[in-house]
Amino acid sequence: MNLPLFVPRRGVLLSLLLALCSLPVLADEAALSMDQRVAALEAYVTNTDPGKSLTGIPGPGHNGWMMTSSALVLFMTLPGLALFYGGLVRRKNVLSVLAQCLGIAGLVTILWWAVGYSLVFGRSFSGSGIGRFLGGTEHLFFRGVTSAPNTDYAYWVSQNVYAMYQLMFAIITPALIVGAIAERMKFSAILCFVTLWMLVVYFPLAHMIWGATGLMNGVWNPGAGITAIDFAGGTVVHMSSGWSALILCLIIGPRIGFGREKMAPHSMVLCMVGTGMLWVGWYGFNAGSAVGADGIAANAFTTTTLATAVASFTWGMIEKIFRGHASILGFCSGAVAGLVVITPATGFVSSTSAVVIGLLAGSVPYFFVSTVKARFGYDDALDTFGVHAVGGTMGAFLTGLFATGAVNSNLTSGAAVKNGLARLVTEGGLWREQLKAIVLTLLLAVAATYLLAYVVKAVVGLRPVPEVERQGLDLAEHGEEGYIE
Amino acid sequence: MKLIVAIIKPFKLEEVKDALAGVAVQGLTVTEVKGFGRQKGHTEVYRGSEYTVDFLPKVKIEIAVADELVTNVIAAIGRSAKTGKIGDGKVFVLPLAEAVRIRTGEHGEIAL
Repeated sequence: MNLPLFVPRRGVLLSLLLALCSLPVLADEAALSMDQRVAALEAYVTNTDPGKSLTGIPGPGHNGWMMTSSALVLFMTLPGLALFYGGLVRRKNVLSVLAQCLGIAGLVTILWWAVGYSLVFGRSFSGSGIGRFLGGTEHLFFRGVTSAPNTDYAYWVSQNVYAMYQLMFAIITPALIVGAIAERMKFSAILCFVTLWMLVVYFPLAHMIWGATGLMNGVWNPGAGITAIDFAGGTVVHMSSGWSALILCLIIGPRIGFGREKMAPHSMVLCMVGTGMLWVGWYGFNAGSAVGADGIAANAFTTTTLATAVASFTWGMIEKIFRGHASILGFCSGAVAGLVVITPATGFVSSTSAVVIGLLAGSVPYFFVSTVKARFGYDDALDTFGVHAVGGTMGAFLTGLFATGAVNSNLTSGAAVKNGLARLVTEGGLWREQLKAIVLTLLLAVAATYLLAYVVKAVVGLRPVPEVERQGLDLAEHGEEGYIE
Repeated sequence: MKLIVAIIKPFKLEEVKDALAGVAVQGLTVTEVKGFGRQKGHTEVYRGSEYTVDFLPKVKIEIAVADELVTNVIAAIGRSAKTGKIGDGKVFVLPLAEAVRIRTGEHGEIAL
């Protein structure tokens, strides 16, 4: 009569054992001990190396977060940036901005699938000198990019998910550039320029900073020549696009009527809606760069919030004090500036540092956008240089001052010990490596853009004819009107 | 017959419409316009770029009336559209050569 009590328990134990035995990876791993397998599960929770067990299998939580983050970062471009920039241009050019974002999204995806992912995150070039600048060819056309993790970059995130996540960064970076040349560059010229720019600037730069064999990957490459750190893209995304934007806007020249005619934003409502989407999406950009749903992501989530809110408020208050009223554009610009400056630092710095960064982010770009731009008179239409170049450069440098192993132990262990980064983080001096990375990024962006702009100018031409520019790009280039009365 | 054209401040439209109904005006046409007289515009600032906006939004009312009603109509508009502050607007009176009711084909004063 005790049987009913015992049979279920034995049955449960048996079922559990059977279930564990049926895991595919254990088909030829029958020798693994229970300790090893439990350790593997613990590694899933702590986002670390599972060793021999559970290899090739993504962890649901980490993978789920990264898929969400990917969607969030795409949301930043479509429609976040599209609306943010779209609201800032004149009515007759609103569709041109939307078209540029959509066109770049498709174009960059094709480039990424074909060559981009492999050139940035491959490793087949390592051993040759070129391996510091480009990854490899083993993943061309996404060969080998499956749902199994690529342990160069993550133990628990599918490689295809990681590739998609990084694709969203690759999309938004060139999309930022269009802010500087808004309302006066041909659609065909933009697509040509972006194609070349991705190959010459973005893929090499992203590999150098984030690739396993990259020259400037201080956290993960034990052989890094420059032990710089960049959590979510202060150099790769913001500096590259911002400085390139400046050169492009200088070469292309100002809009017709710049300085004389009224070129006010046609919809601050759309601009603000876009800003909100950028902020929310940026959680995927920053916290997702932890490549896992772990404590570092949690830190990034927090620092992102603090820096952005403080920066937005600061910018608004500066306007209130110096101009009499806080404007919507001020709050929006401050928020974006805060997001930009915290980007390289987000998973490396403390909450307090984030607040300090926010204060600087709300004030220094303000100065560039209002005073410096007016002084030098360049037509950086939507302030890509003032916010992204200045913010990204400042953020990259501040990261060198505020990064701490207390927040992110990867700074003081593993590869960081081998290449000297750990010592710089604990003893000081990281800012010198950051400066090297800053200079290299700046030189690459400026020199390459200078060259590519003239190539595109010669082959396709950069500006539309004056009549088209006057009429508005929407009708002539896209055959559509944004708002039909 | 006369065509009375009045430029008034937009928020005064309801008051003017009621006042005109009080002097037996049957219909009117309203357009949203921009303009300025001696009232100055304002300045907008976007990230350090200053724009002076000269034109102010106004409302234009057009009424076709018989000659006998002109004085009353002008007085009604003047009373109801006035705030005493600069920018109240103007009333113009134009001679009207012909008026036709499309539905019936009537013309002249009976078409008004």
